[in-house]
Amino acid sequence: MYDAWKILVGLAIFVALFTAAFWMNAGKAAPVPEPKIDTPEIKKMAKAERKCVEDKHFMRTTHMQLINHWRDQALRDGNRDYINKDGKKYYISLQNTCMKCHSNKKDFCDKCHDYTGVSPYCWDCHIAPKEEPKRNEL
Amino acid sequence: MANIPKYYESLNLDYKPPRGNWMDRPLNIKSGIYCYPARPNVLAGIQMNDRSDWGKYWVVEDEDWELPDDWKERFLNKMRDMLDKYRTFKIYMDICVRCGACADKCHYFLGSGDPMNMPVMRAELLRSVYRGEFTKTGKILGRIAGARKLTKGVLRQIWYYMFQCSECRRCSTFCPYGIDTAEITIMAREIMNELGMNIAWIQESCYKCIHTGNHLGLQPQAYKECIDCMLGDIEENVGISFDVSWNRKGADILFVTPSGDVFAEPGIYTLAGYLLLFEYLRKEYGFDYTWSTYASEGGDFGYFTANDIAKRMNSKIYLEAKRLGVKWILGGECGHMWRVLNQYMTTWHGPVDFLEEPVSPITGTKFENAKAHKMVHIMEFTADLIKHGKLKLDPSRNDRLRVTYHDSCNPSRGMGLLEEPRYVIKNVCNHFYEMPENTLRDQTFCCGSGSGLNASENMELRMRGGFPRQNAVRYVRDKYGVNMLACICAIDRAAFPDAQRYWNPDVGCTGITELVANALIMEGEGPRTNNLRGFEIATWEPKP
Amino acid sequence: MDVKVSLGVSLGAVLAIVLVALVGAQVSSLQLVFGILVPYAAFVIFILGFIYRVVDWGRSPVPFRIPTTCGQQKTLPWIKRNKLECPSNTLEVIGRMILEVFAFRSLFKHTKAEMASGNIIYGGSKWLWLGALAFHYSFLIIAVRHLRLFVEPVPAFVNVLDLVDGMLQIGAPTLYITDILLIGAVSYLFVRRVIVPKMRYISLANDYFPLFLILGIGISGVLMRFFIRVDIVSVKELTVGLASLHPVLPEGIGAIFFVHVALVSTLFAYFPFSKLMHAGGVFLSPGRNLANTNRAKMHVNPWNYPVKLHTYEEYENDFREKMKNAGIPVERE
Repeated sequence: MYDAWKILVGLAIFVALFTAAFWMNAGKAAPVPEPKIDTPEIKKMAKAERKCVEDKHFMRTTHMQLINHWRDQALRDGNRDYINKDGKKYYISLQNTCMKCHSNKKDFCDKCHDYTGVSPYCWDCHIAPKEEPKRNEL
Repeated sequence: MANIPKYYESLNLDYKPPRGNWMDRPLNIKSGIYCYPARPNVLAGIQMNDRSDWGKYWVVEDEDWELPDDWKERFLNKMRDMLDKYRTFKIYMDICVRCGACADKCHYFLGSGDPMNMPVMRAELLRSVYRGEFTKTGKILGRIAGARKLTKGVLRQIWYYMFQCSECRRCSTFCPYGIDTAEITIMAREIMNELGMNIAWIQESCYKCIHTGNHLGLQPQAYKECIDCMLGDIEENVGISFDVSWNRKGADILFVTPSGDVFAEPGIYTLAGYLLLFEYLRKEYGFDYTWSTYASEGGDFGYFTANDIAKRMNSKIYLEAKRLGVKWILGGECGHMWRVLNQYMTTWHGPVDFLEEPVSPITGTKFENAKAHKMVHIMEFTADLIKHGKLKLDPSRNDRLRVTYHDSCNPSRGMGLLEEPRYVIKNVCNHFYEMPENTLRDQTFCCGSGSGLNASENMELRMRGGFPRQNAVRYVRDKYGVNMLACICAIDRAAFPDAQRYWNPDVGCTGITELVANALIMEGEGPRTNNLRGFEIATWEPKP
Repeated sequence: MDVKVSLGVSLGAVLAIVLVALVGAQVSSLQLVFGILVPYAAFVIFILGFIYRVVDWGRSPVPFRIPTTCGQQKTLPWIKRNKLECPSNTLEVIGRMILEVFAFRSLFKHTKAEMASGNIIYGGSKWLWLGALAFHYSFLIIAVRHLRLFVEPVPAFVNVLDLVDGMLQIGAPTLYITDILLIGAVSYLFVRRVIVPKMRYISLANDYFPLFLILGIGISGVLMRFFIRVDIVSVKELTVGLASLHPVLPEGIGAIFFVHVALVSTLFAYFPFSKLMHAGGVFLSPGRNLANTNRAKMHVNPWNYPVKLHTYEEYENDFREKMKNAGIPVERE
């Protein structure tokens, strides 16, 4: 007794499961997200001043740890002062500092978060900024 | 025997293997552990594969085993052949992860503490050769990958330990992949057969069985005499006289049982039990059965050497049933007999279209689980009779007995026959006690002498291997006063008395049908003051 | 070779992979090798190797039906049978296999035998079962979770799994329960091999190497998530590129990523040639995947062949006179 067809069905299931990622992507383009930094607040700044609290690479890789740290510092220690690597002082606040410039959650935060399947729980407590419809949609 | 711990002395083992790599440990062949090799003339008499060059007689403790010049090719060619023939073998060589679940499950390990008796190590002996000779990674990486080449030293090790496995499959119950070490032992023994490396106890039984029909080598008239002798004992102890029929054409049922029970105590009383039970059924219900001298062996020692021999020995049962024109076959109490019957017989010889689907002539019960195979186990048959109230029983005749039941390893793990024997015992005995659950049913232990290892030269191995079972028996003896160990295996009945004299000198051993027959109220019986063994029922103290 | 050598060789091999990957990550041309070519090659080896091994097993038949019966057989109708431990049809076999594959049923039975004052004591022992279960399920969940990096858009079930796995909401990015379980379970399985004398005796480098490898994968993954941060968007650019067959190599992914990928690739490529094939083997093991129906249904052996029989005729020829004298009927007088 060989049970060949059972083995073949098993192998087909094995291959299907392990190549699932290929099938799910088939025929779909997967554009890299481009978070928008064209909010009115940012546009108001001079080109040279358009800097986040830390450098771009740090913010891309480590903003979540920074924000988490901010939360602990502000809420648990009551300390709302943040001095960045260049010695510049910032007021610790998600809504008043981060979101002041990045008021476009949908086009900024969500872009990468959706892309990488991250669901931060910032908005469990914080109120997401009310976004005006984009001009070109008007 | 000098190395066996003293009588009733408790074993003291910590089950801690030594440090260092097992491949570097020298093989320490100990007398009392191994069985004597088979003689070349016996091997020639079996004419396996029509080869006559079975080499010379060799002595296990000698350095030189008188191997044929081409021993290595023979071994590896046969191994290749077996890998191609058995998916079990291939997979079991490949997938073990050495999780250790089987390590402390083997009765030989538990009784000896020898780390090579951990089932995983027994398999690794062969697996290391498999890796070294058959897989690329093993050939390249060698010992790093747990691989080694087949050398004479490795062969000695494999031989020594493959004849310390009784193929009971307790380890396989616990294996997360169902790896069956019995299967590996079976393969290894068959491979070593190609070199003429088997043991006398097995091969001589095969030789006799092929020529006379039974392991004991009883010729037809002698076989009949043994049973006539037992009929005489029955007349003396039960007070009724009757005869049985031999090789009778046209009987409804052919009865086949292991020949071990024809010869030695206490098995002969189980056989007396069959005689009495069938006589009862004949008188009450016209039960029509016959004995056969040609198919006078239910057991199959060929199973412990090679598929070919096992099949040759087993073929007589169906051949005889066909020749006599019976409707179906009834099989007696035996362990490996039923493993072979259940898992091999129809595949070897089927389809069995010359017999009828078994139906109990007394109750009309159809044995649907045996409809293709056409053979029924005596426990299934008897349980059905009792359930239908067809037996007049007086269990109080067994009241001196406080009985426990040993699940014989093969019927439990190779067949799933667990509740029928218990049902029968409970109906014929008033005092029944179970051993601890980790030693029962699917987790039952071997008697310590299975798979053809019940010789006398390997007594230390047998006593050590028998310890876990006897230890559990001792537990119920101390707790409930158990004095009788019931079983459904002829090898158990041959092995337990030795083991019990050693570990439990105040507990006896019996087949279940003996208990049934003692309780059976026969029409026209004399005063039943004696049991089948000729002891007075009222005062009997069972001994091994 | 003793334990130290086995351990040394296994650990050394894993460290060497880490080192090679670290070097590779520094050179942009090697990034192509370690980020794209090696993963593809490893994956192909894994799939084809796995199929090859299973087909190779399949080429050997199952000549006999020899399941280990661990419960009451199907017999007289009034005797309760054990459908899962002694299956008597395909459905019940599937039930048994599901319990075996998904719940490690046989390992659950594990006991520990010890000797105390001359008696063997059987203790229940669920640690091996628990450790094995924790390890395999964590690994599975982690693997499925990784789909978020291979598929765009991320499937909903992956997001849900991610949320559930991170539900403790410890830190940002959130701590995964399975990360802890995996590293804990692998460590347990490793420590057990080293400190339990029986385990140390039976363990080979083949056993230590995959444990070190998986531990390395777990640790490099955790490092990358929590300590040596990489830009996850670039990572996904690379991984989704692999999975959509349009490989790209974004700039500036940290070296730790290449270490992680190298270890995972090693695991994939090593898999088919190792004991890890138990993943496929468990399904094909005749000790468990057959119904105990030999007596009800004939099992066919494809290589069954006739053997030399000692026929009744030969037997009677050998013993005719003796049989006649004993009153046993014979065919020919």
